[in-house]
Amino acid sequence: MIKVLFFAQIRELLNVGELTLELGSLSTVDEVRQALSERGEKWDFALESDRLLASVNQTICSLDSRVQPGDEIAFFPPVTGG
Amino acid sequence: MISVQTECFDVSAEHARLAATPQSGAVVTFCGLVRDFNRSEGVSALTLEHYPGMTEKCLQEIEAQARERWPVNDCTLIHRVGRLEANEPIVFVGVSSAHRKAAFEACEFMMDYLKTRAPFWKKEQSDSGEHWVEAKDSDQQAAERWQQGE
Repeated sequence: MIKVLFFAQIRELLNVGELTLELGSLSTVDEVRQALSERGEKWDFALESDRLLASVNQTICSLDSRVQPGDEIAFFPPVTGG
Repeated sequence: MISVQTECFDVSAEHARLAATPQSGAVVTFCGLVRDFNRSEGVSALTLEHYPGMTEKCLQEIEAQARERWPVNDCTLIHRVGRLEANEPIVFVGVSSAHRKAAFEACEFMMDYLKTRAPFWKKEQSDSGEHWVEAKDSDQQAAERWQQGE
């Protein structure tokens, strides 16, 4: 299992902040993204890879990063603090 | 010192803490305020969302990088989260150092990195409704100039 978190616009669009997912044969962040995108139109729209950022275990990473059971993955838009 | 907090901070107390570090000839501080204008006029408030745990890690990393690059005596990074009214303080960055150049540069570096590397998101409440603030290319460019020559 992995934990998947969503923030800001993405969390609002999906109306979900957090879920758990059976990793199965998924091995990269992008494969996780694609599997979630198949849940429906709003998932596909919210997780478009254009401006999407991702982290694994609280470190920003590229979409081709490896994922292992027990990891915490997050998807979010570009940051706007300060 | 790193803090992510809902409550306001006291700029003069933070300045005094930095000024009290030994061998400090310079204290540079920056305090950012919630704008009452942005993409549209009439911004009344902001709601700041963040990624608990990752935010603190990112701020610690930014402080560590500043300490590696400049001879600073102490650093303070405070970012508020939750709902903030227009004109309220939102972010504080402060540096004490022996000389002003290191303090100015480290302070600006930390602010530029914070704006592009730390997981905070702003949602504005204005006359025209609520909307998420878009990331700016100019902030990205400001952060990237610190990478030149590395």
